[in-house]
Amino acid sequence: MSTEFLTHNKVQLALHRLRDGSGRALLLLHGLGEQSPATSPEWAQAWPGPVFALDFTGHGTSTVPMGGGYSAETMLADADIALAHVGEATVVGRGLGAYVALMLAGARPELVRGAVLCDGPGLWGGSTGPTSTSFHSVDPPYDAPDPNALIDLSRDLRPPDYAALFVRLALEHAGAADPIAVAAIVRPPWLAAAVGEVGVVTCSLADALELYTP
Amino acid sequence: MTSVQFPGAESPARDHHLPIGGVQIAVHEWGDEHADPLFLVHGGFDFGRTYDEFAPRLARAGWRVITWDQRGHGDSEHAALYGWDADIRDAIGVMSHFTRKPAPVVGHSKGGALMIQLADAQPFRFSHLVNLDGLPSKRPMADLAEHERTRMMGSDIAGWLDHRRTTATAQRKAGTLEELAQRRAKMNPRLPIEWLRYLVTVGAREDADGWRWKLDPSMRFGGFGPWRPEWTATRLPGLGMPFLGVLAGQQEPMGWGTLPHQIQPQVPTGGRLEVMHELGHFVHIEQPATMATMILEFLERGR
Repeated sequence: MSTEFLTHNKVQLALHRLRDGSGRALLLLHGLGEQSPATSPEWAQAWPGPVFALDFTGHGTSTVPMGGGYSAETMLADADIALAHVGEATVVGRGLGAYVALMLAGARPELVRGAVLCDGPGLWGGSTGPTSTSFHSVDPPYDAPDPNALIDLSRDLRPPDYAALFVRLALEHAGAADPIAVAAIVRPPWLAAAVGEVGVVTCSLADALELYTP
Repeated sequence: MTSVQFPGAESPARDHHLPIGGVQIAVHEWGDEHADPLFLVHGGFDFGRTYDEFAPRLARAGWRVITWDQRGHGDSEHAALYGWDADIRDAIGVMSHFTRKPAPVVGHSKGGALMIQLADAQPFRFSHLVNLDGLPSKRPMADLAEHERTRMMGSDIAGWLDHRRTTATAQRKAGTLEELAQRRAKMNPRLPIEWLRYLVTVGAREDADGWRWKLDPSMRFGGFGPWRPEWTATRLPGLGMPFLGVLAGQQEPMGWGTLPHQIQPQVPTGGRLEVMHELGHFVHIEQPATMATMILEFLERGR
């Protein structure tokens, strides 16, 4: 494994190259509170291209910033920085990473050739609308995984129609007929809404990788 | 050091920083430090010293007036991350530093909307809540087909991500003091140019190649997310502290376009909504004496 650090604003993002290969990259996005795997997962063995894994801000060996302020949209920007580096990719996300993978597929349909959404920590997120949820602070120093990330990203709002918007964006511009594959067993409201959209298939991770193998 | 005077504007009596969650937050105070605290919360892309004319009027009435620059704004540290909840946590950090008792809070624009959420989540911090033209409502949607709207959203998201790819090296554009004042005039068309020149001297810094607003260049207007402005108003009816909302009647670029009939049904029991038909979004800067008098009279109830 080799690691490169990519700059996103004031954060150094760790992008791990887990395995070499030729052709389209596979980009792995971890769950909330996790970090990238140290080696390429067994399920990715058949993938012909290189396999990369990104540590989100505040996770793994990426910068742990002061004061929190995490949002799924900022994690999307993390993933977009990685995408700009690896080029066209199929993205596999776990939990929070699944939500970000969906957003990335909608935001950069010309570069994402299939997003696979898997179960994992942070799959649920917060509520689908306003709540009276209170606020809690954790004093520094902060270590990875950043406690502020765990707080902020476990309460981020995920309205179903917002998730569905990203599916429509992915479908409108993507080359693939089914740009999103849902391998997750659990279906929080945002994911259930995504599954209900045209352009989303439900299948196992292995089948999804086969579907998107160039 | 370039100094510009504006009639009635006073520098804070005390300026200092507080480390909130490891982020250095700049705090500005007017009035007797032993008096009861009153908090002012600024709007998005503003800074605490935009209260330089308004705050002294409240301080002269016997309040210790405290404001702060939200992270990335004014003299506060440029953070790695920005977010609504982080702004509220920073507010809690500053307010808790000064008092554990309920205190009056006046929020303008985004600062007002932030405080509605905090007042709902932690009402024990508020003796009174004043909202100055920070009452969001459902945005009027352009008459577009669904697929056109989706395409516009896609372009907004891609534009924001393109911006994020450049923030590591971004700088605010330098200019003369006059150029910065004129730039701000486009967003604040109703405010006197003399006031905007004054704001440059307290909200921008003078580099070798010119003046730059201190605002973190990684911030920009627009953006996207799951939050809907009208959701903020759903928190209003349940507020239990005395509430005064002020709505500007004149629309301008920084305003939110909320109309009285959209907010009136949401005003909490016993609360009050004042519509200032002749004023724009910066009600307290256009008419500081009128607004200060209105707020001081409101605060007298229950003090």
